[in-house]
Amino acid sequence: MLSTLNPVALLTATLATLALVASIFVGSRNLANFDAALVPYLFGCIFACFGVAYRYSVWLQRPPTWRYFVRGWQLLFSGRALVHGWELIKSFAVDFVGQRFIRNRGRVRGIGHMLMAGGCILAFGVTFPLVFGWIHFGLRPGGIDTYELYTFGFKTMEFPLHGWFAELIFNALNWAAILVIAGVVLLIRRRLTHAGQIAIQTFEGDWLPLLLLLAISVTGLGITLDYRFMRGEAHQFMAITHAITVILFLVWLPFGKFYHIIQRPAQLGVAVYRRAGTDGPQAVCPHTGEPFTSKMHTDDLKHVTKQLGFDYTLAGGSSHLDLSPQGKRAALAKAHLAARQESGAFFG
Amino acid sequence: MTDTQFKQDQEFFMDPQRCIGCHACEMACAECETNGQIPMIHVDYVDRYTTVQTSVQVCMHCEDPTCAKVCPADAITRDEFGVVHTAKTDRCIACANCVMACPFGVPKKIETTQLMMKCNLCYDRTSAGRKPMCATVCPSGALWYGTREKMRELRPNSTPVNHFQFGMQSVKTKVNIMMPKGATKLVVD
Repeated sequence: MLSTLNPVALLTATLATLALVASIFVGSRNLANFDAALVPYLFGCIFACFGVAYRYSVWLQRPPTWRYFVRGWQLLFSGRALVHGWELIKSFAVDFVGQRFIRNRGRVRGIGHMLMAGGCILAFGVTFPLVFGWIHFGLRPGGIDTYELYTFGFKTMEFPLHGWFAELIFNALNWAAILVIAGVVLLIRRRLTHAGQIAIQTFEGDWLPLLLLLAISVTGLGITLDYRFMRGEAHQFMAITHAITVILFLVWLPFGKFYHIIQRPAQLGVAVYRRAGTDGPQAVCPHTGEPFTSKMHTDDLKHVTKQLGFDYTLAGGSSHLDLSPQGKRAALAKAHLAARQESGAFFG
Repeated sequence: MTDTQFKQDQEFFMDPQRCIGCHACEMACAECETNGQIPMIHVDYVDRYTTVQTSVQVCMHCEDPTCAKVCPADAITRDEFGVVHTAKTDRCIACANCVMACPFGVPKKIETTQLMMKCNLCYDRTSAGRKPMCATVCPSGALWYGTREKMRELRPNSTPVNHFQFGMQSVKTKVNIMMPKGATKLVVD
């Protein structure tokens, strides 16, 4: 098993994990602000950090991914940094924040994903800093009605304990849970009714992520409901089941469908790559005589396919990849016609 | 997907010379719910200025799919039946590497949804033991799905071939192309 480990990824993951642990020590002022009740979550986070960094590193080492990664940074810091930077910001706003491409795949699907993603991001924003001890709250000395927020040990703000702001942030995880539950319900409905999805969906790939998010949200809300309406009688049960579901999420993050959260930013690099391609020389198909993609793209693909062990070099020295998709289909049809003609019969 | 009735004795046979350009396959393909009503099949005029010849192209489901290898997001997978599936919606980053690298010119990139889509051999039907939509409606036999024995009976003077040569690159596929009897591969150069 050890021989299958990727040494670069192992090193990257180890360094990333050490950096996280160091940032926890520094950010929590040598664990002075660390909440011991959150230790199980911390171990889940550390495992997730190692797993995600390992997989990300392995993923980056694949030739097509590496090519895009390097090109993306090259283009961002090229002579047209402003143009490419603007493209990056635009893509971030439209594709990431607005999630327009998901809404275009289906209105309800888009709304469901937006609710789920919004809830998850809100929950990440609260949970990780709390678990790492980067933020903590305390009563202002000399009173019992004002709370202080400390970030990395520095006081950043204070607010009345019974005001609307306190209500808003103390319930942040509850708002997140409500958003996630609403999104999950919409997407579960789709998975139960869409014939195409029913044919190709898998339990571990499509259902388990939804059920896990639902379990995390319901048990999380359960903690609040328990102390509000049940005098905390089920606290231990709710707290333990919630911890189990969250830790399952963290442990599974590097392996399953949730990894797309980490992978998706690559789309920003692609947006920059496409913009640079549009502004640069174009590849013209020898069959159609029309431009079909950027020359940078076809050149990169020729390079990447060679690295992957494919060689589409034709007899005359050109490449099959110089043809547009339509040109390739025509080349195949012409070759087939020629073979039939040579045999003396078009049909057989 | 795990509870499948995929019939492994059934194969796909394609004969572009028989294509009459009726587009019935395209219409049928759009019925497939896994595509979201977008046809994944290509019907082209091969060279509009000189001939009325049309040609049809489905995904050939390569044994070593270039589209999957060049995908930077690991979005394309090949299953245990040899079906190369369309890009996973959560993974695809719409780079179009697969569109440009596929030697058969098959994958389509849908701009509005930022997604690559391609024929998945009508997995909703074939996994339930049925034929792909396009093969059920093709009136001229350009697209046919069934057993190899039956195909031999129907086309005694043709040989199904699943070996293509694109310049230096040899490509083997799950889908067959009907070639003159005795042929072993189709050379595209």
